[in-house]
Amino acid sequence: MREVISTSPARRLLALLPLAALSACDRAVLNPAGDIALQQRDIIYISTALMLLIIVPVLALIVVFAWRYRDGNKDATYDPHFDHSTALELVIWSAPLLIIICLGALTWWSTHLLDPFRPINRISAEKAIDPKAKPLVIQVVSLDWKWLFIYPEQGVATVNELVLPIDRQVRFDLTSTNMMNTFYAPTLAGMIYTMPGMRSTMHAVLNKPGQYDGMSANYSGAGFSDMHFKLYGVAQGGFDNWVARVKASGPVLDTARFLELEKPTDKVPAMYFSGAEADLFDRIFKRCVKPGTPCGTGMHGMQGGGHGAMPEKGKPEGALMKQGEEKGRGESLTPPPGAQPSPAPHSHQER
Amino acid sequence: MFTESLARTIFGRLTFESFPLHEPILLVTFIVVGLLGLGLVGVVTKYRLWGWLWREWFTSIDHKKIGIMYMILGIIMLLRGFSDAIMMRLQQAMAFGDNPGYLPPHHYDQVFSAHGTIMIFFVAIPLIVGLVNYIMPLQIGARDVAFPFLNNLSFWLTVAGALLVMISLFVGEFSRGGWLNYVPVTNLQNSPDTGPDYYLWALQIAGIGTTLSAINMVTTIIKMRAPGMTMMKMPIFCWTALCSNVLAIAIFPVLTGAFALLMLDRYVGTNFFTNDLGGNPMMYWNLVWIWGHPEVYVLVLPAFGIYSEITSTFTGKRLFGYSSMVYATVVITILSYLVWLHHFFTMGSGASVNSFFGIATMVISIPTGAKIFNWLFTMYRGRIRFELPMMWVIAFMITFVVGGMTGVLLAVPPADFVLHNSLFLVAHFHNVIIGGVVFALFAAMDYWFPKAFGFRLDPFWGKVTFWGWVVGYWVAWTPIYIVGLMGTTRRVNHFDDPSLQIYFVIAAIGAGIILIGILAFVIQIAVSILNREKLRDTTGDPWNGRTLEWSTSSPPPAYNFAFTPQVHDLDAWYDMKDRHAQRPTTGFKPIHMPRNTGAGVILSGLAMALGFAMIWYMWWLAIAAVAGLFVVAIVHTFNYNRDYFIPADEVAQSEDARTKLLAAGA
Repeated sequence: MREVISTSPARRLLALLPLAALSACDRAVLNPAGDIALQQRDIIYISTALMLLIIVPVLALIVVFAWRYRDGNKDATYDPHFDHSTALELVIWSAPLLIIICLGALTWWSTHLLDPFRPINRISAEKAIDPKAKPLVIQVVSLDWKWLFIYPEQGVATVNELVLPIDRQVRFDLTSTNMMNTFYAPTLAGMIYTMPGMRSTMHAVLNKPGQYDGMSANYSGAGFSDMHFKLYGVAQGGFDNWVARVKASGPVLDTARFLELEKPTDKVPAMYFSGAEADLFDRIFKRCVKPGTPCGTGMHGMQGGGHGAMPEKGKPEGALMKQGEEKGRGESLTPPPGAQPSPAPHSHQER
Repeated sequence: MFTESLARTIFGRLTFESFPLHEPILLVTFIVVGLLGLGLVGVVTKYRLWGWLWREWFTSIDHKKIGIMYMILGIIMLLRGFSDAIMMRLQQAMAFGDNPGYLPPHHYDQVFSAHGTIMIFFVAIPLIVGLVNYIMPLQIGARDVAFPFLNNLSFWLTVAGALLVMISLFVGEFSRGGWLNYVPVTNLQNSPDTGPDYYLWALQIAGIGTTLSAINMVTTIIKMRAPGMTMMKMPIFCWTALCSNVLAIAIFPVLTGAFALLMLDRYVGTNFFTNDLGGNPMMYWNLVWIWGHPEVYVLVLPAFGIYSEITSTFTGKRLFGYSSMVYATVVITILSYLVWLHHFFTMGSGASVNSFFGIATMVISIPTGAKIFNWLFTMYRGRIRFELPMMWVIAFMITFVVGGMTGVLLAVPPADFVLHNSLFLVAHFHNVIIGGVVFALFAAMDYWFPKAFGFRLDPFWGKVTFWGWVVGYWVAWTPIYIVGLMGTTRRVNHFDDPSLQIYFVIAAIGAGIILIGILAFVIQIAVSILNREKLRDTTGDPWNGRTLEWSTSSPPPAYNFAFTPQVHDLDAWYDMKDRHAQRPTTGFKPIHMPRNTGAGVILSGLAMALGFAMIWYMWWLAIAAVAGLFVVAIVHTFNYNRDYFIPADEVAQSEDARTKLLAAGA
């Protein structure tokens, strides 16, 4: 009877696993308030289901074979020379292959669709996006150990408090002063690294009003565990009121104040700034906030950007991923007669 | 003033403040370790064992003894690494809301960094290398490895690294940069303390040992197989050892290079990985993960080999799909180079790059899945004896497929964007490393222990170990998977949300159950040594084995095989038994063997002195150590007294003794 004991408790625990996991369902990752996070969750569900197609039979077979071919069972066939079967080998290799082909296709498609650099293509499953509406731009800087959010269009800045109007596309531009962190609001979208001297981008949208948690998800030193921020989703009217309130309170975030703020602190409460220097984010990422520091001493110093800065024309994308007209044409080609001169390359907002 | 500058010249930055006398946890640990160490030294001195230890073990270049010493190192370091784990589990179970727990960030961050570093570099690697060292030459019918002295040196370099990590507990502090010592946290500006230097020097020294050992093993497998053993008749464990060590040769230089650049940053002030002047921290992450991902396979491939050997033995069948198993191993070896970027999908590579690395990662699951099916169909129509090693195999298969599934899930970039750096990820890699590597190591110790010592391990305490680990694993890590899905991230010192506490309490209980498993393992060894006469195996083949290591006596003589075996088939020993091959009992010849040398211990001691000197800026000692290294290495090359012959009658004597034992047993 030893064989029974050797497998069944593990099996029982395994059966409990999905049950216990259910309790996780009402939490941020599995019940998000943002459309990107929602689609990411759906990818988790679909991939898991695809894999269970093969995992469940394998688990069952392990238990069945272990039981049936136990030493004590004299009814079971014993064939010590059964060590090859071409047909079985074909199944063994092709079954996982088929699953991975499906999963690979899903991966290719969803990775491109949900690429954080790519503007979102819908507000939510029910709501299409207005192609003319410009995204709300928020500049995110991770300091040691707090988050700075600059709203360049609204002319305000906050620390450890992020307020988003719901159902509006947001573009986050992200960088860091010293450590590498990841900007992560589980309910909104996946995480993205903030790195000194580099700028990253993430597009997202929040669909449900409410108060949510955000954090740094990448260990960045002593104050890391308290590097949280609050995320509020409010209607457009509420957002405007909030901007007005921030504008009326707190000092302006100028260079001196930023250099003070930059010093390592932890457990920082929310702070409001009624304004921020216009090029502050740019100088942070080019690492020249301190007066007298030359900008762009980074890898691409000759071009005057922080190292790893975005190329002039934005993030390059492979030709495979582009529609016909997006591919553009080589500059050495003669334009067809009568054609309009090609529009100036899309220039980045910060430049 | 003068004495102060003299002290600085002699001791570098080492001062009285470097000893953590103000930290009660460390002080108590130090006293306990100190007393244990003194006790051990006392016992060895009392029984006058120093000479014996030095002659028979420390200077030994016998692959079997080196293998056993690697295993002892790994088990001791497992106890250290596991105490770190228990400390973290307690901290996370306590530290909610207003309760900051008992470990301040400064200490907690060192604990999680040390835990990962020790468990991979000084537990998993030594245990795997130890097993390969012991088993592989026996399986291919060789008398030793290709470079016996190098083997001894590799081992002692690994010990030197482990000692440096242990010293950091009581002198100065260890890195707070995570198990891969990430920049920018470990830049000189952010961590001017000794932590990253301990990490870098310990791992550079141990890493050289691992690289040399890998070169040694690959050469041995390629050049020293018994006549008739073609590559496709080689035991599957040797195949996995070969692939694992080929991988190690390819990746460890990358790690050494990356660490060397970081050392230059820290010591010389270069800017490879700094934030300014063209430095790029991202580069460091790429380099360490180009090492880091294949490293997973360096560990798990031999584990797969162990499971294959055990399944075949205990089902009484040839391994199903041997050649497909070999191809799967080789395919995994190649693919494992192409996936490192999946450790940072969220760093901002484009969608096409992420898709490539995501899909490449998934593709690895095809050969891995094929392996699972191969074990499954080895069980099919077998006659499975559920001895301890086989129980580990079943537990592995059930645990590992779950870990494999969560791994493939993490390879889907959009899913990874929400699960990266979460506790789900932490649960995943513990799932595959405990379920895959650790279970294999315990299975292997139960399986091959009688070969190494001539008696079996006590089965009762073995079962307690088994259930402690298996149940403990699931209790400890299931709640961590769940909180990961709730968006809880890793390396966090305390939590605000009180509703999460119950999960961490359950996880801590799970760690407690694993602790029972570990203690039971120590008891198992002690009980087995006490009852060794009852557990004695005189046949040399207690499990009805199939490969050549079971054809010789347990423990094998220094020369392994009196005559080099002739191989005709895969499962050579099973084939010999099948054809009733007779053991030769006459006609012995003198056997040419390598001679012991103390050079490995001395060189490693000097390397450790160099590391310690560099960590504490004692420049005079560093210069002296480097000079010493050169002198000893050169002097050793002029040592021509490197081999000896075991006389024919000595061989005859020990073979006759075995003949009598076998006759008595039959």
